[in-house]
Amino acid sequence: MKTATGNSIDPSIINKFRARAAEEGLLDVAYTTVDSPFGPLLLAQTKRGLVRVGFPHQDSDQLLAEIAERLSPRVLEAPAELDEVRRELDLYFEGKLDHFDLPLDWSLSGGFRQRVLRAIDRIPYGQTRTYTEMARKAGNERAVRAAGTACGSNPIPLVVPCHRVLRTGGAMGGYGGGLPMKEALLELEGVLGSKSSS
Amino acid sequence: MTPLPPFQTVLDEHAAAVMGILRGAVGRDGAEDCFQETFLAALRAYPKLGDAANLRGWLLTIAHRKAIDHHRARGRNPVPVAELPEAAVEDGVPLRDDRLWEAVGALPPKQRAAVALRYGSDLPHAEIAAALGCSPEAARRSLHEGLKRLRKELA
Repeated sequence: MKTATGNSIDPSIINKFRARAAEEGLLDVAYTTVDSPFGPLLLAQTKRGLVRVGFPHQDSDQLLAEIAERLSPRVLEAPAELDEVRRELDLYFEGKLDHFDLPLDWSLSGGFRQRVLRAIDRIPYGQTRTYTEMARKAGNERAVRAAGTACGSNPIPLVVPCHRVLRTGGAMGGYGGGLPMKEALLELEGVLGSKSSS
Repeated sequence: MTPLPPFQTVLDEHAAAVMGILRGAVGRDGAEDCFQETFLAALRAYPKLGDAANLRGWLLTIAHRKAIDHHRARGRNPVPVAELPEAAVEDGVPLRDDRLWEAVGALPPKQRAAVALRYGSDLPHAEIAAALGCSPEAARRSLHEGLKRLRKELA
């Protein structure tokens, strides 16, 4: 007897499943991948808000496995759920949006790190701050190194603009997406001239 | 203990197998509804599963239950028997899937499930037994009986 052929599944069936999962409140984490000038970005969102943005060089499977372990294993690809995030990011990359209006879910960072990230979230478009200032705003001015680590572990980069944090004196510091990306973002926001800084 | 992967991975890896056994178990018409019910039930229960060691067996068990529910809801009719396709079988030409799956769908439940799991999903006897909740010997027996009946039916 031959095995069944025609086992491939009509995408409409999967779409319907996704829609019903969302209806029944079973979609704990929705994710998708979107294009950006820097390459594909992973976006993940809980019922509370945007929880993770993955850089192009990061392994999406790894990021999703972490989310499944730390937040909920009910993780499904559901692009439509992230339409608004995609729309705002597109506008941002076109230089047409200077303030994200998205609910955020901070649950992937805690304690001092989360306080640093919340302070970063308030840095206005086109401005920069130093790691020292962020440490002070988070309640411990001497924890500059920890503030740097918090930036480096930012689960929601771009939207929480850790690219706007520089070293005292103006040196670039680091960036999870690589320094060229940090420079390009600051250039986009009009902070850096288009000359190469190195 | 294996940590639970994102549910999307479960869907990607096992959706085709689940659809395969459901087509065998309830026919094409009922398979889609059973598929939705199976994966919704799985998604609902997923966080409490605890261990990802045998996701396939777990899913197939749920699918099997949904197939039984489907048959119960429809009373005695084992499958929605569409008209038999004309000229489905010619000498030496393999059976068309439709005709074959109809015959599979007309088998008694255990035999039907065993055949569907073996040939629809390509599962080994041990996994069929796990999915049916019986011993491997019983699974082998159901499969054997089911095949015997199919051969007679389709000869």
